[in-house]
Amino acid sequence: MAELDTSGGGKKGKKGGQKKKNVRVDLTAMVDLAFLLITFFILTTTLSKPKSQELIMPDKDEKVPQQLAVAESKTMTLLLGQNNKLEWFVGLPGKTAPKVMGYGKNDLRKTLVDQDAAIKASHGGQGMIVIVKPSDKSTYKNVVTVMDELNITGIQQRAIVDITPVELGLLKRDGLY
Amino acid sequence: MPRVKIARKSTAIDMTAMCDVAFLLLTFFILSAKPKTADPVKADVPPSTSITAVPEVDFSTILIAQGKVFFNTEGDDVRQKTLEIMADKYKIGFTPEEIKTFKNTEYIGVPMAQLRQFLELPAKERDSYPAPGVPVDTTNNNELYDWVHSARLAVKYLHDKDLKIGIKGDSDEKYPAVSEVISTLQKQHVDRFNLITALKNK
Repeated sequence: MAELDTSGGGKKGKKGGQKKKNVRVDLTAMVDLAFLLITFFILTTTLSKPKSQELIMPDKDEKVPQQLAVAESKTMTLLLGQNNKLEWFVGLPGKTAPKVMGYGKNDLRKTLVDQDAAIKASHGGQGMIVIVKPSDKSTYKNVVTVMDELNITGIQQRAIVDITPVELGLLKRDGLY
Repeated sequence: MPRVKIARKSTAIDMTAMCDVAFLLLTFFILSAKPKTADPVKADVPPSTSITAVPEVDFSTILIAQGKVFFNTEGDDVRQKTLEIMADKYKIGFTPEEIKTFKNTEYIGVPMAQLRQFLELPAKERDSYPAPGVPVDTTNNNELYDWVHSARLAVKYLHDKDLKIGIKGDSDEKYPAVSEVISTLQKQHVDRFNLITALKNK
């Protein structure tokens, strides 16, 4: 590869004449380096771009409260408690016993899919409405995880709502608050 | 029988053109790379599967970490206009020097009363300044409300567009801190915003 000193083979060279130096430089290493840097810059610029999740909150107009009556059997409520645990129930609080579960794929996602299917079956194809109620002990990550799972399972009717004292009582009873 | 002679070719390839292309691309990527600035407080954003990119113009970020709130808006012109509106609202006169510093500062995490003092500091001390965060509470007149409102006015005035707002929260931040920011936004009828997340697989 070293081409700098390929000039002047002993036999062919003219005796006594000025040796003609080959000026070609081997660029392989330079190209290697340049491509290495390009790779580095491509990876750092495009792959580290942060992503975002769109969140639409229900409009909070203090003067004109907008209430829409929905069948309670269609709503599923998620109460987010401490230690990365949540409780869920369908219908009104206190009427059906809440169940405690985690945020994993086999807990939250499975429950959402199952309940959605059950409610669709009993309500003639109408989808489930999910109400997310984060308590003061839940973290921001919990909320993002729940919204993400709702996106994955394709449940569009959902809202983040403030938690009520009755529901806090439920969380306290199960040691999640 | 004479042996067939295979001409021995040199295996060296001329790399000049390749080298040129490589460096051209390298220059392009270096120039297009945005210098990454460190956040004033470390925020470990939660993962989600959402793949929507974060907008780069007419965009404001509210950073929530360690119980503090920081506010940033993109674009020098918008930042300057935002500061002018804020200065008008709080009756604070800023010198051209201070406005220039503000244009180059990303996250603002000091109350308006301390802002001048903060901007007068040398650049190095500003990085290590113990910023208390922009004051937020549940009333209608908190400073974050005014910052967001001014930035929205500035974007509308300069670019005739609606400001998009992103919330960059730390994973372990308790919900009430985020809830306060969200209710501040909802007070000015901003009901749509982006939660900045890191990509994860389903």
